[in-house]
Amino acid sequence: MSDILEFKNTLISGFAALEKSLNGQSKKAFHSVRKEALTKFEHADFPNIKNEEWRHTNISPILKHTFNPLSDASLLSSADVQKFVFGDAFKYVMVFINGKFHPELSTLDNLPEGLIVKSIAAANEENNTVVEKHLGKYALSDGQIFTALSTAYTFDGAFINVKAGKVIEDSVHILFITDSRNEKLITQPRNLFVAEKNSHASVLEHYVSLQDDVYFTNAVTEVVVEENAFFDHVKLQEESKKAFHISRMEINQKRSSNFTSHAVSLGGIISRNDVNSKFNEDGGECTLNGLFMIEGSQLSDTHTLIDHAKPHCNSHEHYKGILDDSSRGVFNGKVIVRQDAQKTNAFQQNNNILLSTDAVINTKPQLEIFADDVKCSHGATIGQLDEEAMFYLKTRGIGDDIGRGMLLHAFASDVVKSIKLQPVRDYIETILSRKFNQ
Amino acid sequence: MLLEIKNLYANVEGKEILRGINLTVNKGEIHAIMGPNGSGKSTLANVLAGHSSFEVTKGEVFYNGKNLLELSPEDRAREGIFLAFQYPVELPGVSNTNLLKTAVNEIRKYRGEEQMDAVDFLQMIKQKMKLVELDDSLLRRSVNEGFSGGEKKRNEIFQMAVLEPTLAILDETDSGLDIDALRVVANGVTKLKSAENATIVVTHYQRLLNYIVPDFVHVLSKGRIVKSGGKELAVELEEKGYDWIKEKVVA
Repeated sequence: MSDILEFKNTLISGFAALEKSLNGQSKKAFHSVRKEALTKFEHADFPNIKNEEWRHTNISPILKHTFNPLSDASLLSSADVQKFVFGDAFKYVMVFINGKFHPELSTLDNLPEGLIVKSIAAANEENNTVVEKHLGKYALSDGQIFTALSTAYTFDGAFINVKAGKVIEDSVHILFITDSRNEKLITQPRNLFVAEKNSHASVLEHYVSLQDDVYFTNAVTEVVVEENAFFDHVKLQEESKKAFHISRMEINQKRSSNFTSHAVSLGGIISRNDVNSKFNEDGGECTLNGLFMIEGSQLSDTHTLIDHAKPHCNSHEHYKGILDDSSRGVFNGKVIVRQDAQKTNAFQQNNNILLSTDAVINTKPQLEIFADDVKCSHGATIGQLDEEAMFYLKTRGIGDDIGRGMLLHAFASDVVKSIKLQPVRDYIETILSRKFNQ
Repeated sequence: MLLEIKNLYANVEGKEILRGINLTVNKGEIHAIMGPNGSGKSTLANVLAGHSSFEVTKGEVFYNGKNLLELSPEDRAREGIFLAFQYPVELPGVSNTNLLKTAVNEIRKYRGEEQMDAVDFLQMIKQKMKLVELDDSLLRRSVNEGFSGGEKKRNEIFQMAVLEPTLAILDETDSGLDIDALRVVANGVTKLKSAENATIVVTHYQRLLNYIVPDFVHVLSKGRIVKSGGKELAVELEEKGYDWIKEKVVA
């Protein structure tokens, strides 16, 4: 209990310091939202395993550390940053260090007309109406301690706005680097992506660390995909293997919009990802795919919710996990098909491979269907590698180690191959090859 | 002598399936093993390939003078044994090219030969594909995934063509094939035949043997070879069915 109090107190007193540093921004309307969220944070319960949503994910280890919410600017050179970008593959790169946007390390020259890429702080500064309209409207803070904290501390973060009718061919790489060499930090990226009517864009949200340190990332991303817009999102989580990563993504879809997300999670001692998508109008399409590969004593938890509030929407969900050593995984896939939502197609699949007898996965599909003319399916598998497939490879002269690597690579690739951003796909393929095909 | 099976007994899940098989295969020969369902044909094929679900309880198998039963399945393959599966396994995410390239190089490594470079490999497989009239696009596709029955069987023969086994065991490669696919498969097998290799064709039906002409035909019943003969035995079986064999065993 006292741990929780201490955790809260550190962040509440940190808020006072944040207010001072905000200067003019504390006079803006959004600041009252921050203050309100802080109060919600103060009163929210810290999740424990008695809470159904956190039953298999004990995050109390977070409380054993004191995390500084206001780090001094880290001094990284562009050479430090270079190893995390994909050469010249991304035309636009936003670099954040310890949660702070660094324009001097970013590449945002020659943005095409109709593509706005800037920090939330900069957008707030100029009273951006899109930010005012959407920020904090989907990821609500009530009873959500980490969202409340994120909202209270909203300062920097990525704001991407694609204007109506604009088709943006080049993707934006948003790179969050944590440099926790001097002290344990909590960084709180707060992102807002708004794809307006008939637009098309793609984004990579990428989390890395300079070293294998203990720190805490609390990320909240809100996505609005307006009528007939297409938004492709990839999240690559390569945090330190000692870090805590808690993230929430809220997707709000309008008529005939198309949202795709691929989440690849590799890092973090404990990571928890909540991905919630809502069809607010007819005809939307939503794809949520994911791959997590964990080892040691890592814990990776993904909770998804797809809310079919309106008819004629399709959702496809495919998550895969590969768990080694004594790692633990959680997948909870909730799909709600509301009474109105006739002609819904909702397909969900979660496949896991346990490489060790000590690894554990808890997987739970949760379908709540209130409409009658719908097609919904779900399936979960937990297993080892297919013995018959291994035998088949052996009869071709391919022994245990290589055969196993081939099958694991293939299992993981299944999710990776549908990633549209080629440099990211290639990069993950390289990771898979290194891991499985030595 | 390429393969010598002596008094071989094998169990599946504690049930005795093979009960004293004796068979000798020399290089340059094609042997057909026929028999009714449940006679042990597929068990024999799988035992020779080294499937772990089949337990050899008695007997010996020598291959090129080596004790075959002591070799792992992958080493048997590297020594030149190839099993064409009755039900080829689907390997989602593993492309045909990747499978074959890995297989070829693993086999070469075992034999102390150099790895094949990518250009030579590609040239080689393109040429082999023609043998079974497979489309190039199958190379990029996942092994057997979404293949029709005929494509799967042709793919097995294609793999055989690439790996150039000394002893090929075709387990019911003809079952479920239409006549065109059957002809393609049989032509492939016939073209691959040489004085240096041997083929064991396991089949329920005589039909395949119109295309792959065996030197010897063996009839398997209740785990034993009850009759051996030349290719005319297959014709006799087709006419009379398997019942007269069964009666003979009882008598």
